[in-house]
Amino acid sequence: MENGVKMEARNLNFWYGPKQALKNINLKCPTHKVTALIGPSGCGKSTFIRTLNRMNDVVPATRVEGEITLDGESILGSKVDVVELRKIVGMVFQKPNPFPKSIFDNIAYGLRINGMKNRRKLEQIVERSLKEAALWEEVKDRLKDNAFGLSGGQQQRLCIARTLAVEPEVILFDEPCSAIDPIATAKIEELIHKLKENYTVVIVTHNMQQAARVSNYTAFMMLGELIEHGVTGKIFTNPENKLTEDYVTGRFG
Amino acid sequence: MERHFDEQLRELKEQLLRMAALAEESIATAVSGLKDRNEEETRAVFEIEEQVNQLDIEIDRRCFELLALKQPMAVDLRFIVSSDRIGSELERIADQAVNIAQRALDLLKHPPLKPLMDLPRMAGLAQGMVRDALTAFVNRDEALARDVCRRDDEVDALNDQIFRELLTYMMQDAKNIERAVDLILVGRHLERIADNATNIAEDVIYLVKGKTIKHHYETRDFSESET
Repeated sequence: MENGVKMEARNLNFWYGPKQALKNINLKCPTHKVTALIGPSGCGKSTFIRTLNRMNDVVPATRVEGEITLDGESILGSKVDVVELRKIVGMVFQKPNPFPKSIFDNIAYGLRINGMKNRRKLEQIVERSLKEAALWEEVKDRLKDNAFGLSGGQQQRLCIARTLAVEPEVILFDEPCSAIDPIATAKIEELIHKLKENYTVVIVTHNMQQAARVSNYTAFMMLGELIEHGVTGKIFTNPENKLTEDYVTGRFG
Repeated sequence: MERHFDEQLRELKEQLLRMAALAEESIATAVSGLKDRNEEETRAVFEIEEQVNQLDIEIDRRCFELLALKQPMAVDLRFIVSSDRIGSELERIADQAVNIAQRALDLLKHPPLKPLMDLPRMAGLAQGMVRDALTAFVNRDEALARDVCRRDDEVDALNDQIFRELLTYMMQDAKNIERAVDLILVGRHLERIADNATNIAEDVIYLVKGKTIKHHYETRDFSESET
């Protein structure tokens, strides 16, 4: 994996209480590329992605060992500003979760929390974010409408815009299309393809065809272990590991 | 909605067209080298064929990956499958051009048997078929593709004519046999090129209509099979 590594996990182990969910994961997420995580239910892919912005910190009785770096710097130390981390490493979840506010305020919220008051600047950033999320044309005339009035696919793109507004460097997608229809899914996949020009993307998906369509690199996990990772073309046409081949051909999973 | 996938399909098409241009060039160069008895020009065909082979490998790889990664449906699926097949036909066309060049090099060792008129004419017909088959592919032109298929008969008829004429040369004088056989083989290679062009045209019809007309399938009474 050339062209720089944005985030890296080294010898990463993770426990929920006594249960070990991640076993010695070593994975690089290259800059301005899309890395997909695939694997059967319970393989640890969502657990892994949530370590990348320490979302697992909010879960009680968890323990992590090993290293995760962002631009070479560890994100795991107690001195790390987790709020700042979650700005730089943003996340889009499976179920669209817009705030019960207007479309405009959904996006402006994060900016206002960070102290931005200038109306003009807020408007500029809201517009830019909505354009980046390919939603602007659909909502530009109704920014004051409540976000809940949007369709599922639009709500998800709103959540993406909200993440983009605070200028992240990495965007994590945890099964972003499971809860939306195929046309909206196609729009979001096109969006992910454009986003990687400016952001590093990591996506968890249980839909391996989606991983095949959108990603540059794919990592296959099973029972907490990283079985194989590499260029997406190779993983889906000629994987090294028999388990990987059995999974991508649908022989199990 | 313009898709990233559309860009990849465009790249595939452009690569195929580059390959087609080289395949056409290989035929033209081989026949020109033969007609003008020009060794240097004849040998240039081998290098062109090498480039065609590289593109064949690359197009194979590209089509395979698109099928694996993009789950194409309907016309996109037919386009990728057709492109792969057309790539194979173009590679065989370049192989035939190399065969013509090898015959030409053999013929250079002896004085010319006769002025070449019909073989260059046959080559012109075959080249035209290749060119039109690719035009039909680019423009998704079913009518043009069917026209290419019809023209194969004309090439076959000319090949028979050339064969009969060369037969008389061989019967006149045994010393003519070696050169006549080489020329008959050139005719055979050109006839094969026309067949390859016909195959490309059949692939175009499959792309456009989703129906195969290979092996005169349309005219036979095949019942629908149950799956």
